[in-house]
Amino acid sequence: MKTLIKNGTIINADGRINANVVIEGETIVEITTEEVQADVVIDATGMLVMPGLIDMHVHFRDPGQEYKDDVISGSETAVAGGVTTCLPMANTTPINDNASITRAMIAKAKERGLIDLLPIGAVTQGFKGDRIVEMGDMIEAGAVAFSDDGLPVSSSTVMRAALEYSRGFNSFVISHSEDCSLCRHGVMNEGPTSTILGLKGMPSEKEEIAVARDMLLAKLTKGHIHIAHVSSAWSLKLIELARKEGVSITCEVAPHHFSFSDEHLLTYDTYFKMSPPLRSKCDVEAMKEGLRSGLVDVIATDHAPHHTDEKFVEFDKAPFGILGLQTLVPLTLALVKEGVITLERMVELTSANPAKILHLDNKGKIAKGMLADIAIIDPEMTYVYDEKLNKSKSKNSPLLNQTLTGAAVKTLKSGRVVFDFPNCL
Amino acid sequence: MAYRHKDLLGLRELSKEEILFFLSSAQAFKDLNNSEVKKTRSLHGKTVINAFFENSTRTRVSFETGAKRLGADAINFSASQSSAQKGETLLDTIHNMEAMKTDIFVLRHPNSGAAQFVAQHSDACIVNAGDGLHEHPTQALLDLMTIQEHKGRLEGLTVVIIGDIFHSRVARSNIWAMKTLGMTVKLFGPPTMMPAHVDVFGCHVCKTMEEAIEGSDVIMMLRIQLERQDGSTPFPSTREYSKFFGLSSTRIKLANPNPIVLHPGPINRGVEINSDVVENPEVSVILNQVENGVAIRMAVLDILNRNRNS
Repeated sequence: MKTLIKNGTIINADGRINANVVIEGETIVEITTEEVQADVVIDATGMLVMPGLIDMHVHFRDPGQEYKDDVISGSETAVAGGVTTCLPMANTTPINDNASITRAMIAKAKERGLIDLLPIGAVTQGFKGDRIVEMGDMIEAGAVAFSDDGLPVSSSTVMRAALEYSRGFNSFVISHSEDCSLCRHGVMNEGPTSTILGLKGMPSEKEEIAVARDMLLAKLTKGHIHIAHVSSAWSLKLIELARKEGVSITCEVAPHHFSFSDEHLLTYDTYFKMSPPLRSKCDVEAMKEGLRSGLVDVIATDHAPHHTDEKFVEFDKAPFGILGLQTLVPLTLALVKEGVITLERMVELTSANPAKILHLDNKGKIAKGMLADIAIIDPEMTYVYDEKLNKSKSKNSPLLNQTLTGAAVKTLKSGRVVFDFPNCL
Repeated sequence: MAYRHKDLLGLRELSKEEILFFLSSAQAFKDLNNSEVKKTRSLHGKTVINAFFENSTRTRVSFETGAKRLGADAINFSASQSSAQKGETLLDTIHNMEAMKTDIFVLRHPNSGAAQFVAQHSDACIVNAGDGLHEHPTQALLDLMTIQEHKGRLEGLTVVIIGDIFHSRVARSNIWAMKTLGMTVKLFGPPTMMPAHVDVFGCHVCKTMEEAIEGSDVIMMLRIQLERQDGSTPFPSTREYSKFFGLSSTRIKLANPNPIVLHPGPINRGVEINSDVVENPEVSVILNQVENGVAIRMAVLDILNRNRNS
């Protein structure tokens, strides 16, 4: 079957072109300005045609907490946000620390067939922080990287081993950077707002100390460290230093950390409670600068569904986390509209760079021979992100019922339309 | 200007006029409390529940006394005997008691923001009787009433608050209100007991006890809240704390003429404050604070009840 996407503006990391995309089967076969006969014709007039987004950091809560989300609802949420590849973290129940669980997660995603699901395995068995997992076995099963996300790897010796061992499989470790001894009972950023609210704070140094340690271990081992959900200005300074010194280090920033500051917590809204916490306005500006300058490699959502009942409690008792997949495009486009980044840089951050880091040679670009994972985005569409549009089983987004601008209106996975606003197909 | 809101959650948002309205209203109830029959009927037929999810004696008794003197049916509820221990959520607990037609909840809770959370989801009036490290508005109001009585004014006075500022909701409520009222507020305590971003209060932070006391009209000592230190040690010993951060008769001499000393209680004698200060009637107004507490709480309950009915 041949599909034609016509009249759109194709955005790649290295430039844009007004042209038509021709797809046959799962693959892009031609980029042309000619009108081509096709079985399916998609008119993308006024739309941006981008490579399918790759989200390197999601939580689908499957297995174990399927009442929050599962691989199926997670997949549906992803494609509704233009995301065609997801990396779910290992903090499931049971923890994804062996090949059997990895295989089961992938099989479930394939059954629904909306996205490519590339699991991140645990670094340590049972998240206990001592023995590293069978990385080789898990990579054979489909795992792509390793992280105890949700918890740091406290022992430097264990982290060293993880970096050294994963390097041997051409894989890498994702650091949940947190010095837990410095954040006892903290529930938000430590700053003027936490002082006003009387909420215990987590200083940004608890992140920076861990970033510093892990970049030094990457230097020692020549392994690749990827810093998850960077939230503080000093973390970025440290990453910049490490990179200048030739350390193999990459990093991601979540949309909420470049969109909101800790002042949003003044009403004790638990939907703004997340870890790492929303930081100061200066940190938010530093994230934007990092995104602009090229220092930040990836935008990843840290999509973290939680049930309403769990969030509808006193602030201290609510779990950390925010939905992200369906607000990734509007929040990132807001940066483009603000002039912080270009559309090309948006593609670099959300697709091209993740593909490069993950060695996905057939993704991250709209070009001949690439897999036809495509997000067709209407940058001007204004809509209310409400419960009808929300595909997650959870509702924990402070943006729910807010008016947003910019959305994926059609998502193609391997050449097949899997989302047509507002519904998954 | 009267106070028109359903709840009293904190003093940060209150205007000068609203704060003074509470103080002037409390004076009438203080007069009542000093008369032979300490009873009025303004809350007759109303139900007030003291919902205490955290231990307290004086605040609970003060509210209970106030509610009963206003003619309300005052019921005490403490979390240790409650369904909260069985896993029920705070809001479900409140809604169940609300279904029993409760008019006012006096809520004490260990989590900051709990009073605001309940107030947003309850039709009953909510009085914040202390939430986590956030605010304790009636304590600050009774402090202000006591200061006004003894100094004859509030505006222009210099107050120093000494001790565990980080863990003190009393300090927070007082700081906001005092600044609104045109008072100068200084803070002092070990740096480990000072919020990391104390600048947000806009108060001068003193470096020594001497600097703290000098030029002060009012000295407000705070209790060391050892139960809230989360295992970390904010100071090496009570002996050292007393030496560098404790209040003695000698140190009081550095203050402005006729200073007064406040303390929210309970007192750790010989640690944060010496007995010779506590027992000195020329400076210590600690028991006046307790007396005024009942009057303030009566004023708050009475005003919120009127707002509910209007």
